[in-house]
Amino acid sequence: MTFAVVVFPGSNCDHDSYYAVEHVLGQRATFVWHKETSLAGADVVILPGGFSHGDYLRTGAIARFSPIMKTVADFAAAGGPVLGICNGFQILLECGLLPGAMLRNRDVQFHCETVGVRVEQTNTPFTASAKAGSVLRLPIAHGEGNYYAPPETLAELERTDRVVFRYANAFGETTDAANPNGALDNIAGICSEARNVVGLMPHPERACESVLGSADGLVIFESVVASMAARGTVGALSR
Amino acid sequence: MKARVFVTLKPSVFDPQGHTIAEALHSLGYGSVGDVRQGKYFELDLNVTSPGEAQTLAAELADRVLANPVIESYRIELAATPGGER
Repeated sequence: MTFAVVVFPGSNCDHDSYYAVEHVLGQRATFVWHKETSLAGADVVILPGGFSHGDYLRTGAIARFSPIMKTVADFAAAGGPVLGICNGFQILLECGLLPGAMLRNRDVQFHCETVGVRVEQTNTPFTASAKAGSVLRLPIAHGEGNYYAPPETLAELERTDRVVFRYANAFGETTDAANPNGALDNIAGICSEARNVVGLMPHPERACESVLGSADGLVIFESVVASMAARGTVGALSR
Repeated sequence: MKARVFVTLKPSVFDPQGHTIAEALHSLGYGSVGDVRQGKYFELDLNVTSPGEAQTLAAELADRVLANPVIESYRIELAATPGGER
């Protein structure tokens, strides 16, 4: 199974994603430059973390116009699994593949720490192998992760079970103290209506080996491998 | 023709930067400062001839790129390019 890791100017977690997929997960990873228009037969797309285009204008606001994003949108529309991590999540919001927007963290500080992330939904390709309600220890590193959506959008997300991850303490409680950035309702990640596009601010790719402090992120990648194998769609989605 | 575009967070959206700036001003003793909202300002040089075209084009650019309609609103001002007709 092949994972395409899209590389934008300013991506800096592209190699972490590649490493997690290729060397920890044991699947194939390939870099795809943002000016490309082909995903070269990939089964999964990762939009990695970083600071694409220097975060100019707004986070992800320029990257959404990269040529590869049209192909990513087509891939998503065909049901292909797309994971946006941190800046990748911000890009998915800007291009409209996921609803809402990011504001500056409520304390205006860049947060670089390990946080608790509760798995809210397991019916997405990226959480299928996780345990609902389990708290993953995942690193965050962002200045703009303060998720916002207008009340009607938020209600729709809740109604359709599309809040996939929430910041939570070790007991699984989504307290304000466990919320590092002020995100509405402690939202750390959401999915698309068809559930195949998932975006989250925490970095599962940086938490795939215990030597790194946590291996809790691996389940995100294992999930998509299991989901795709179960669906029997490996090698059938992208061009 | 020049267009000036002012982008600000919608009133319903909390502005962490504006709030922090307000707190700094208060700590400097400027007690009469109420709320502060931070925004972005763009100057666009547009190769169009009529104010109507400039307004339409600037609005399109603001809608598509300069502002994120989920959280931001914008205001456009047109100005004659120096030496131009208007």
